[in-house]
Amino acid sequence: MLTFLRRRIISSALPLLVVILGVFFLARLTGDPANLYLPLSATPEMRAEFAARNGFDQPVLVQFGDYLAQLVHLDFGESLRTAQPAAEAVLRAFPATLQLAGVTMLLAVVGAAVVGSLAAYRPNSAADRGASFLSATAASIPDFWFAIMGVLLFSVTLGWLPTSGTVGAAAWVLPVATLLIRPFGVLVQVVRGAMVSALSAPYVKVARSKGAGEARVVFGHALRNAGAPALTVAGDLAVGMLNGAVVVETIFGWPGIGKLMIDSILQRDFAVLQAAVLITALTIFALNILIDICYALLDARVRQGVMA
Amino acid sequence: MTVAMEVERLSVDVRTPAGRVRAVRDVSFTVHSGQAMALLGESGCGKSMTAQAIAGLLGPVAEVAGGAVRLDGVDVLGLDPASRRKLAGPGLAIVFQDALTALNPVYPVGTQLAEPFRIHEKLSRRAAREKAVELMDRVGIPEPRSRLNAYPHQFSGGMRQRLLIAMAVALRPAVLLADEPTTALDVTVQAQIMELLAELRTEQRMALVLITHDLAVAAEQADHVAVMYAGAVVETGPVAEVFRAPRHPYTRGLLDSVPAAGDRGTRLRSIDGAPPELADLPSGCAFRARCPLATERCATERPPLAETGPGRASACHYWKELADG
Repeated sequence: MLTFLRRRIISSALPLLVVILGVFFLARLTGDPANLYLPLSATPEMRAEFAARNGFDQPVLVQFGDYLAQLVHLDFGESLRTAQPAAEAVLRAFPATLQLAGVTMLLAVVGAAVVGSLAAYRPNSAADRGASFLSATAASIPDFWFAIMGVLLFSVTLGWLPTSGTVGAAAWVLPVATLLIRPFGVLVQVVRGAMVSALSAPYVKVARSKGAGEARVVFGHALRNAGAPALTVAGDLAVGMLNGAVVVETIFGWPGIGKLMIDSILQRDFAVLQAAVLITALTIFALNILIDICYALLDARVRQGVMA
Repeated sequence: MTVAMEVERLSVDVRTPAGRVRAVRDVSFTVHSGQAMALLGESGCGKSMTAQAIAGLLGPVAEVAGGAVRLDGVDVLGLDPASRRKLAGPGLAIVFQDALTALNPVYPVGTQLAEPFRIHEKLSRRAAREKAVELMDRVGIPEPRSRLNAYPHQFSGGMRQRLLIAMAVALRPAVLLADEPTTALDVTVQAQIMELLAELRTEQRMALVLITHDLAVAAEQADHVAVMYAGAVVETGPVAEVFRAPRHPYTRGLLDSVPAAGDRGTRLRSIDGAPPELADLPSGCAFRARCPLATERCATERPPLAETGPGRASACHYWKELADG
């Protein structure tokens, strides 16, 4: 297990460097911060002074070198806007995103396991067709459209739910629903497919021949075998969810990392943007390792390296 | 001799896009406690479908269309699912052909072996595991206790088949259906598995229904044989008698296609033609297109499985001609 982790961390290092490089240079293409932070009437001297204070007068490669040197000391730089450490701003926003994504993912996985299994139990039954139709619809609805229609119907017309904020259960409904709908639709289809093949496997017949009840057959014997493909897709969706958070957080004013990223791009706050992207990337790498560990827990053949 | 199971006029239909097809037609046979009965036939003749219908394990596209399966005088086909589950294990058990796919790959074998005891006898986890150790020991798995937590892929093919058999005989079933239990194994292991089945049969006074396409296995293991062709039984009787003097041309054809030691250098014999499509059975006798004895009568009149002597039956109009030579 330890060598496995070490191998994973080493193999993650290069992609991480590419992320750092990409964000650093792309951020600098968004424009000169001096245009935002100085008045329109600023003299060239004021501009030069601003650039010198923030290190923007150096050649870009030197700036990058300095940035890397700071990173090694876990120093992510300071926010242009608030002059606070960038890492602090990111870590303050991060829990909100993790909570939102965590709750959504939990609902998606549990919901899809139940709905997908029931649909697969009798292929082509009315329940199966209903589930297939609904999940295909859910997987194809654009999230920004769903969010706006949700706000229009439940917040503006009916007045049941707030349009934004994080206080109280009601505030969670629309953001979670928006983030949930696509992963749920996709996962139902994956679980259904995997369960149809698991339920037709000989070991399911053997379980029935031992007198196992249907719940034991479906959720005990078949579902765990259907777990691996579902896990692969769920991992992908979880990564996508961190990206989807950008849309949802912007629409619903959710104070998470997605909103922070958009804000820091608009404000040319390079240090915060770099820190936000880097920490998101680190989370995704950690998530992938977590998924690999889940595989191993699910199936002994993975644990023992029987399957590549 | 006690009757363990009576199968009477069992029919199975399969739903296909083109409509319902009768895959098993009026199959009847009786097995006695402690005896073995071979259900013999080539691939697609309906022998596995018959076994799965008896065990209540038909897939979603197949269903029992008629008949009865009596265990201890009770027709299990008429039971509700809960009562039927109670019989699955202690009444009727089944061993499948491919033990690798028949064992659940994600659970340790100990858990799977303990399952019948957990379900039927409501034993504690620990007590059920003890029973699992005893079972593994009984079917000849070395060092059973240390292998409880091993997974199916860590066993050889022969050992996996032993595990599957152990699971099936855990609750001492009255009838054991073995669906080609040795087809996936090499010959020496095949012999060991057959020996194990024979021992368990004697020991537990279990009735064995051995589904096979292998004439030698049937001859060695079974007391009685039922030969199936195109979904129906065409000949039944004691194995020795049927193999010595077959009373159906299909049985004769099968026996003739077994090469003997003295046949070196001669062409292998086979039955000309191929079995008919079940969806498109010819009128009269299903075998007539391949039969050397077929006449016009065979095209119009389906020969019923009729008694030809004590304990023997054949579904051929001309079985006497065949017997005479």
